[in-house]
Amino acid sequence: MDDFIPVKIHPSLFYSSQKGYKKINFSDYNVSFIDSTKKRCHTLIKKDILVNAFKQASPIIFGYVPIGFAYGVLSQEAGLSMQNTMIMSLIVFAGSSQFIAVGLFPAGITPVSIIITTFIVNLRHALMSASLSPIVKTWNKTEIAAFAFEITDETFAVHSLRYNEVENIDNNHLKIEMLLINLIAQCSWVLGSWLGCSMGQLISNVKAYGLDFALPAMFIALIIMQVNNLLQVVLLIFAGIISTSLLISGIDQWNVILATIVCATIGACVEKWIKK
Amino acid sequence: MDQKIIFLTIIGMALVTYIPRLLPVMWLSSRDIPSFIVSWLRFVPTSVLAAMLFPSLFMVDNKIDITFNNNLFFWVSIPTALIAWKTKSLFGSVLAGMLFIAIIRFLVI
Repeated sequence: MDDFIPVKIHPSLFYSSQKGYKKINFSDYNVSFIDSTKKRCHTLIKKDILVNAFKQASPIIFGYVPIGFAYGVLSQEAGLSMQNTMIMSLIVFAGSSQFIAVGLFPAGITPVSIIITTFIVNLRHALMSASLSPIVKTWNKTEIAAFAFEITDETFAVHSLRYNEVENIDNNHLKIEMLLINLIAQCSWVLGSWLGCSMGQLISNVKAYGLDFALPAMFIALIIMQVNNLLQVVLLIFAGIISTSLLISGIDQWNVILATIVCATIGACVEKWIKK
Repeated sequence: MDQKIIFLTIIGMALVTYIPRLLPVMWLSSRDIPSFIVSWLRFVPTSVLAAMLFPSLFMVDNKIDITFNNNLFFWVSIPTALIAWKTKSLFGSVLAGMLFIAIIRFLVI
C-alpha cells in the first residue's frame, strides 16, 4: 500500500455502464483518478471524432490527392512558380477552376478575364452553400465563415448527407466533425498539389489504380444514399439529362447550375402540390 | 510571365470564390426561411450531384459514347451503384468502383 495515493472517489466510478469510465485498479494509478479519467474521456471523444471524420472524408482523399497531383504537374508546366501553385490550392481551393486557370495563364489571357471565369465556374458553390444553410443554422458567425471556406463539390456532397440524419446539427461533436472533414479534404488537395509540383517528373499511372473513378464513384454512392423516394429519382435523372444535353450544346459553365435550378424548382412545386 | 501578376490574380480568384461560398450560408442561417425554399434547397444536393455525374458517365471527348471500349465509367457505374445500394457505405462503394476499374483495365490490357 506504499505507492497508493489517496484519491477522490467519484460516485460514477461505481456505474460501470457510464461511457468513458471503466473499472480501474487503484494501485495502478498514482495520479488523481479524476484527472486521468477526464483525460481518457477527452482522448476517447477526440479519437472518435477524428476517426469518423476520416472515414467520411476518405473518398475525398482518394479523389483529391491524385487530382491535386495532376494540377500540380500542369501548373508547373504552365510556368507558375511553386509558391503560386501552392497558394492557389490554399486560398482558392476549387479544383476545376484551378485547372482552367493554369490553362489560361500561359495563353496570355488577361488577369481580369481569368478572375471572371473563375467566378462563373465556381458559382455553383453558392447554390451548395445555400443548400447547406439549414444544417449550420445554429452555428456562430466565425464557425460558419470557417466552414464556408471549404465548400466544394465533394465536401458539399458529404455534408449534405446530414439532412437525413438530423434537422439541425446542434451537437458540438458533429460540428467539430464537419469542420474536420473540410480540413482533411483541403489538406489532401494541398498535399496532392505539393506532390505534383515537386515530383511532377515521375507522373505515376493514376489510371492503373482506378483513381480517376474515385470521384464519380463517390457521387454515385452519395446519390444512392440520399434518395429515398420516387420523386427524387425522377428528378435526378432529369437533372442528369438536362445537364448532359446542355453540355453537348456547348453550355459548359452553366449546365450544372441550370439543371439544378430547373429540377429543384420542379421538385419543390411537386412537393407543395402533393401536400395540398 | 510575371509571378507577381499571377499572385495578384490568384488573390482575385480567391475572393470571387470565397464570397459566393460565404454569403448564402451566412445570410440564410440567420433568417427563417419559408418552407417552399427549404424544400427547394433540399432538392439541390441530388440534382447537383446528378448534374455533375451524368456528363462524366455518358460523355467521352465531348460526345455521348457508352461503348465498352471507350467508356468504362458508364458500365462500372452499374455494379458500383448496386454495391452502394446494398451496403450503404461510401468508402466501400468507392473502393469497389476503383477496384472494378483497375481490374478491368488490367485484364483488357
